Amino acid sequence: MKQHAFISGWRRSLVLAVGLCFAAASQSFAAPTTAQVNTTGLAVTDKEVTVGILHSLTGTMSISETGSVEAEKLAIEQINKMGGILGRQIKIVQEDGASDWPTFAEKSKKLLVQDKVATVFGCWTSASRKAVLPVFEKENGLLYYPTFYEGLEQSKNVIYTGQEATQQILAGLDWVAKEKNAKTFYLIGSDYIWPRTSMKIARKHIENVLKGKVVGEEYAPLGHTQFGSVINKIKLKKPDVIYAAVVGGSNVAWFKQLKAAGITGAKQTLLTISVTEDEVLGIGGENLVGFYSAMKYFQSLDNPNNAAFVKAFKERWGADSVMGDVTQAAYLGPWLWKAAVEKAGSFDVSKVAAASPGIELKTAPEGYVKVHPNHHLWSKARIGQWKADGQVKLVYESALIEPNPFPAGYQ
Amino acid sequence: MFDAYTTAELGNIFVMQGFAGLSLFSVLLLMALGLAIIFGQMGVINMAHGEFMTIGAYTTVMLSTLTEQYAPGFLSYYFFFAIALSFLIAFGIGYLVELGMIRHLYKRPLDTLLATWGLSLIMQQIFRSSFGAREVSATLPDWLMGSWQPVEGMDIPLNGLFVMGLTISVTLGVVLFMFRSRWGLRVRATTQNRIMSGAVGINTTKVDRVTFALGCGLAGIAGAAFTTIASTGPTTGSLYIVDTFLVVVFGGAQSLFGTIASAFSIAQAQSIMEFFMASSMAKVLTLMTIIGILMLRPEGLFSIKVRK
Repeated sequence: MKQHAFISGWRRSLVLAVGLCFAAASQSFAAPTTAQVNTTGLAVTDKEVTVGILHSLTGTMSISETGSVEAEKLAIEQINKMGGILGRQIKIVQEDGASDWPTFAEKSKKLLVQDKVATVFGCWTSASRKAVLPVFEKENGLLYYPTFYEGLEQSKNVIYTGQEATQQILAGLDWVAKEKNAKTFYLIGSDYIWPRTSMKIARKHIENVLKGKVVGEEYAPLGHTQFGSVINKIKLKKPDVIYAAVVGGSNVAWFKQLKAAGITGAKQTLLTISVTEDEVLGIGGENLVGFYSAMKYFQSLDNPNNAAFVKAFKERWGADSVMGDVTQAAYLGPWLWKAAVEKAGSFDVSKVAAASPGIELKTAPEGYVKVHPNHHLWSKARIGQWKADGQVKLVYESALIEPNPFPAGYQ
Repeated sequence: MFDAYTTAELGNIFVMQGFAGLSLFSVLLLMALGLAIIFGQMGVINMAHGEFMTIGAYTTVMLSTLTEQYAPGFLSYYFFFAIALSFLIAFGIGYLVELGMIRHLYKRPLDTLLATWGLSLIMQQIFRSSFGAREVSATLPDWLMGSWQPVEGMDIPLNGLFVMGLTISVTLGVVLFMFRSRWGLRVRATTQNRIMSGAVGINTTKVDRVTFALGCGLAGIAGAAFTTIASTGPTTGSLYIVDTFLVVVFGGAQSLFGTIASAFSIAQAQSIMEFFMASSMAKVLTLMTIIGILMLRPEGLFSIKVRK
């Protein structure tokens, strides 16, 4: 069976190579002239188009942003292998935001003004995105932003490839209310804009739609490592669900101390919106067993797109690599840009941005995605239950959810 | 707020909350001991203290990986060796740092501040380049995980108990070393009067070197122990450094007992307030109280009376 199912190795690569030659040849014959595709002086030549990658390679945030850089580079390499975009190979200029928001702004200005990049894949925290936004709007650049975030933003110069808050939160809360018959919720997050906005949306939904009760809402300072007192408070309140958005090093301390206090997946329902496969590396799967995460993507998703993505990622970045939600969203960036550029027939930022709404990606590892006129993606919400090996068992998958960055009644 | 609960529930919470306070006390004390020795005895402000803790954490992670690969049967006991090894490695690196950098700066205390801060940045980037930017986790022995349930509804964290035991033994060890050994006598003599100590034949250069290395070694122990309760990453050390300085400064820089008292009062205040209000607010109030007390008593809780 196996031999029939797979074309043997050398034959497959030969077929691929021939295919690629044809693809490359037809592309280069068809390639339009640079004057046609670039009317605003971007760094586009007959052979190449330059793009920027702007993430933190050093500093605190490099923990999270490394995966995004790897995914974006992988996607760009794959696109180049297929013959590039409009017959041009993609060249990367990479800059380091160094976990420092003014540095992000400065580097984005450098990429747009000096390097004249056609687009930028980058940023991770909302703070870094807010720092570069005025630069992108003034210089009319294009940014593909990969992280799930609090919403309340929409720019003609940004495509948001992660979920905005309502996509991630509402379906998850509905599921836990229905499936676990949850009535009481304890909300806990790190103390900054994303958890606070997310919890605000969660609270409104719990109180107004689910008719449940929030028995506690708590924010710990960023970098907090002692959760003993908070855990005791939770024990006293006995909520049906702990709803968590703790980030960074605090996240590790939070889950280790929960387990040590006897709060485990077997006894307590916990739903988090801040744990992906990336975070589990630091927390340790054994500390999460039985808890739930609400994301749009998990590495263990069972579909052919994802199998190919996981395989390619591991071949490129090592067999130990893990792919989290943001890594996958970052991987979508270059592909969405490619589709938009080809639809527009031009690298001009305004034309690409105008062509973006309606772009569909059937090859996305998360399944099917589509760009909404508000520059966010239609995507599914998924709930996964953590296992000791650091992967999830998928327990729920919603229909495609329309992105709604300015949800009425939730602000 | 307590009306809706039974007496048994309240009793359990009271015990667990008391334990949370003691547990925070041992964490604060363990991380501050090394810094207290270096700051108190030598007047050097070691901003890289957190990074020496990170050395201990990474040592534990590496040893856990090696044990898993080569001697899985040994996994229940490796943690003790990890603590010892963390001490030795941090001690060794501290020794070299004193030799290469600190000793040239003894007469310029503010420059040591800047130099050790630079050192902390360099060390962070070395961790990042050699172990990767992502956080890692050590596989902990089973007996360190989970909780101990003396009665139904009461959970005492085992890792908290372990850190507490370790803190008590390390503190006892340090007190014995400082007040009952020849080495400790030399260290105290050097602190009180460096020139006279030199005159009576104490090798003050060597005393400094060993004191600094010892402080770093203690940080290594703390780092190893904290893999049980928190994260291990290149910047883990920076999570602790502020609290560490707080404890040392509040306690009075030159008194070991001041450090203990200060760790105890900060921990209890913090954990009690955290129970009754949000964590962020509790932190703000703790810091404001400390600032207030330091304005009244600039030398900290305990200070050696000297003629000025």
